Amino acid sequence: MSAVTVDQVAEAMFQLVKETHGKKSLKATDLTKAMAEKFGSECTKDVCKLAIRQLMDSGRCIYSYFGGSYITLPPETP
Amino acid sequence: MSEKKRETPLLDELEKGPWPSFVKELKKEAARPMVQDLLGQLERSYEEKVGHWKHGGLVGVMGYGGGVIGRYSDLGEEFPACAEFHTMRINQPAGWFYTSTALRTIADIWDRHGSGVTNMHGSTGDIILLGTKTQELEPTFAELTEHGFDLGGSGSDMRTPSACVGPARCEWACYDTLGAVYDFTMQFQDELHRPAFPYKYKLKFAGCPNDCVASVARSDMSFIGTWRDEIQVDQEQVKAYAASGAIDVQKDVCDRCPTRCMSWDGKTLAIDDVNCVKCMHCINAMPRALAPGNDRGAAILIGAKAPIVGGALLSSVFVPFIKMEPPYEEIKELIGRIWDIWSEHGKNRERVGEFIQRIGLGNFLEQIGLDPVPEMIVAPRANPYIFYQDDVFAQPGEEA
Repeated sequence: MSAVTVDQVAEAMFQLVKETHGKKSLKATDLTKAMAEKFGSECTKDVCKLAIRQLMDSGRCIYSYFGGSYITLPPETP
Repeated sequence: MSEKKRETPLLDELEKGPWPSFVKELKKEAARPMVQDLLGQLERSYEEKVGHWKHGGLVGVMGYGGGVIGRYSDLGEEFPACAEFHTMRINQPAGWFYTSTALRTIADIWDRHGSGVTNMHGSTGDIILLGTKTQELEPTFAELTEHGFDLGGSGSDMRTPSACVGPARCEWACYDTLGAVYDFTMQFQDELHRPAFPYKYKLKFAGCPNDCVASVARSDMSFIGTWRDEIQVDQEQVKAYAASGAIDVQKDVCDRCPTRCMSWDGKTLAIDDVNCVKCMHCINAMPRALAPGNDRGAAILIGAKAPIVGGALLSSVFVPFIKMEPPYEEIKELIGRIWDIWSEHGKNRERVGEFIQRIGLGNFLEQIGLDPVPEMIVAPRANPYIFYQDDVFAQPGEEA
């Protein structure tokens, strides 16, 4: 089995954030746990960190703060 | 935009007296509509005894999850100039040393992009820039980074580490607090800017047990300078203190030692160093005569917090003594193990001290692979129903 890439993990994380948007707030740990479940042990915490960083740097996701820091979709621009 | 001068009879009371007044300072900037409305809203809060700020939201700068705290007024229509009044936290230099040029640079940037109001420094240690609009966040950040500054932490991340002035200005520093705070800040940039924890995690570096950064009360992980050999004593200077009459060595020093490990016969100060708990009282009382020992390092403590969610906690000894020398690999690995277990099992908004209380110190130590030591215990257990692990009592040749 080939190692999971940061791009793949970032995409899977993005899809998860999109699916749960407005229903459940996800923290970085939630995404990391979900990815470990999806991709298995090859999806390390370091890969997840890089994937989150990619999502943030690209602007596909942003952080929100509502009593804790969550990862969410950016507000829609009119 | 509001140009109206707000009446502030209640706030005006806070200008009276000889002491510094934040109202006086705010009024110096009252020509700015943002500050004028801030005063108006604050006066309203004093009248109604209710805060009118909403906190949090989606504000920030691209790529970062910390460093910007969203503030919105719930009286935005009445006080439009401060309807958005976000805070920016800027990572302070180690030990809070600045050149006057650096301070002017920060002030000029904030004059251009924000309210001009600052708080030097916040309880985390950061430079706090108070009050700007969402559209000004990115331009402010761009200018700050151009001049070598970066945002600090906020939210569920590692907060900006802070340190006392350490060896730069203090002879009691038992390690290089400035070097350590810089090293740990650079090492954990990802944890500082991208929140990934159940809640905040603060690191503070104090050079000696005087703990000038109050780490024992305010940080999840304190590094407090200490020593493990004997207090250095200059007996001639002790005699000089006694002869000066400025200090009564018996009454003011020996009798105030918390473990009574000192004695004074009028000629010699004797210290039973084994029983010294490094409280610093004697050293503070006679700084010319006494000094920390030469075998210096730090004690690591864990678990303090202020009473935001739940009550306040003071930190507890975790590692009684460790040499604080770069590259601090052993400590960084320990921090990594703590973060792993806490991130995995911590509840939302549960500080590491509360997490340890919930799961038990024994379980926590087992999970992070640290051996228990007597210094971790505040007092021996009084409960007689103690359950030991069997292997503790296994006799040689006997199966546990």
